[in-house]
Amino acid sequence: MKDHGTAAPAGGAYVRRFDELDRRLHIVLMTSFLGLAFTGLPLLFSERKWAKALSNLVGGFRAAGGLHRVFAIVMVIVFLVHLSRMMKRLFLDKDTTILWGPGSMVPQPRDLSEMLGHIRWFVGLGERPRFDRFTYWEKFDYWAVFWGMGIIGGSGFILWFPKFFSRVLPGDWFNVALLVHGEEALLATVFIFTIHFFNGHLRPEKFPMDTVIFTGVLPLDEVKHERPAEYERLIAEGKVAEIAAPAPTPEEFRRGHIIGTIAVCVGLLLASLTIYALLS
Amino acid sequence: MKRMRLGVVLTAFLLSATPLGAAAPTPKAPSNDDCLGCHEDPSAKRADGSSLFVDKKVFAGSVHGAAGASCVDCHTDLAKTTDFPHPEKLAKPDCSGCHAQQVEDYAKSWHAAARAKSPTSKAAWCADCHGSHDIKPSNDPTSRTNHFNLPATCMRCHGDPKVFPRAGGADGSEPMSFHDSIHGKALEKSGLKVAPNCATCHGYHEIRSPKRDPKSTVARPHVPATCGSCHSKILDEYATSIHGEQLAKGNESVPVCSDCHSAHAISAAPEVRRLAILKQCGSCHDSSLKSYRDTYHGQVSELGFAAVATCADCHTAHEIHPAGDVRSSVGPAKRLATCQKCHPGAGPKFAKYDPHANPHDRGRSGILWFTALFMKYLLIGVFAFFGIHTALWFPRSVKARREAGRRDGNGDAR
Repeated sequence: MKDHGTAAPAGGAYVRRFDELDRRLHIVLMTSFLGLAFTGLPLLFSERKWAKALSNLVGGFRAAGGLHRVFAIVMVIVFLVHLSRMMKRLFLDKDTTILWGPGSMVPQPRDLSEMLGHIRWFVGLGERPRFDRFTYWEKFDYWAVFWGMGIIGGSGFILWFPKFFSRVLPGDWFNVALLVHGEEALLATVFIFTIHFFNGHLRPEKFPMDTVIFTGVLPLDEVKHERPAEYERLIAEGKVAEIAAPAPTPEEFRRGHIIGTIAVCVGLLLASLTIYALLS
Repeated sequence: MKRMRLGVVLTAFLLSATPLGAAAPTPKAPSNDDCLGCHEDPSAKRADGSSLFVDKKVFAGSVHGAAGASCVDCHTDLAKTTDFPHPEKLAKPDCSGCHAQQVEDYAKSWHAAARAKSPTSKAAWCADCHGSHDIKPSNDPTSRTNHFNLPATCMRCHGDPKVFPRAGGADGSEPMSFHDSIHGKALEKSGLKVAPNCATCHGYHEIRSPKRDPKSTVARPHVPATCGSCHSKILDEYATSIHGEQLAKGNESVPVCSDCHSAHAISAAPEVRRLAILKQCGSCHDSSLKSYRDTYHGQVSELGFAAVATCADCHTAHEIHPAGDVRSSVGPAKRLATCQKCHPGAGPKFAKYDPHANPHDRGRSGILWFTALFMKYLLIGVFAFFGIHTALWFPRSVKARREAGRRDGNGDAR
């Protein structure tokens, strides 16, 4: 394969997809997620040599436990910041487009038909669906975080403060909390480190990295090819100029690649160890 | 004790001397001076070059020399010899003439049995532990059999893997680890006369093989009683525990003291032992170990950190009873107090947590069983769907990239 987008940003017009705060939230979310995986997975696979090594690397189980809680707080903050942004858009700005329509993350009938159409396209039974701003797999990723925050976050706090929660919760809820915290963590890490990485970065059309989440902008041409419904909507509504953005500088572009590649490599390493441990 | 033993020696000596004096016609036994005539010479050698020197001063300082014993009291086969030099090969002195009880005890020992079995056996007889011409009473601080010196004496053979194969072990059963054990340090470093030495557990002359002789003081069924001769309160606790009761009924598969504490490397329950106990208990209670490994306690201890509860922290070390027993530390009566040892302030509901939960056992906890089932199908569902999704997308994505390259005419999909 020829060099594909690693050296410099593509030429042509660029449009903004993610604003600065969204990009920063993604970086912090990504860091805290990796941190949580690093300090939590050794417990789940404690019988493995790599788990013992990783646990010692972060300074033993007490240090790992401390870091795990710090990363957890950071992730909760990211979640709350995002949630408050959405609340502000909805209640203060009266922006109801986040509830339904192409600008909304809420699953809609078109997501189901696009998903089926996409699968038909995979096997050569149809044209690629004309995706809009958010695709069904992006929405799945997005809501998976909400589900994960509720399940892992909730069970995590129960396990963090057992004496407090045991005043109201029956004893076997702690067994449930422990079980779902581990199982859901397994689901989240393996999903992010394989499926999300493939969808977002590693599939041949994007390989080795889609930098849009780091630079915030993408070529208008890419919108036209990959999200034709959004492109046509932007043209029809005359909004292209509104979201036009300067092309990322080579420096920004490189930074996006470096950060993204490091995160992907760390994630893939953890995923390999996990999958190997699960299968052997 | 010591004085009594000396008395026996003296009496025996006098008894044996009296008839010699009375019976004039029999040839006079060689005196010590007669013997020393040759044996006093430090350069005197046997045909094979080995020294036949006997240090007069050393013998005089020995318990036998001090008591006025003569050479032929022990070397009885020379008592009637008149023709010197005597033959090189002498019979081994028979100590039973004076020390009948000790030799009788020794005859029951594994040392004696091993010697009887093989003439080349290196198993100890009297002189190997007590010495020969230099035997000191064991109350003498320089005696080989002094309370504080005995381990070094035994270790001359039992610390050498060439003589005693198990000496090469490293599991705490090897005798040499006694030196670093709490017993060895108390004896050899702190000089405690109450500290045990080898003989305290194994016996003095009647040392039986724990593996081959069920009468051994350290054979499995007798270990608790032997340890309990000092640790009597622990023995009381153990004896009334489920393990102790089972042992008394003849069930030798239950743990005895040495299974957890080791035979010789006994220490005051350090971190290593707290982790090793898991394997020990788990060798019988394997399903309990497995369910423990699914919990935070089990995961942290598996990583090698002993700061969390291991078996004995909840179940106690010696007073283990079935959970239904009122005496049990994990039974309804005492469970909360047991949790509170590490989790002060924990409430009654906290103690309802199941440290050995089994998600596959619906009867044990329905909600846990249901949650586990749900999580299982959630994971299977998500990964099955996205696994297939990705597997189908990948080849199509390769094709799409090629098409995009052709479209742009420069190999760049963007």
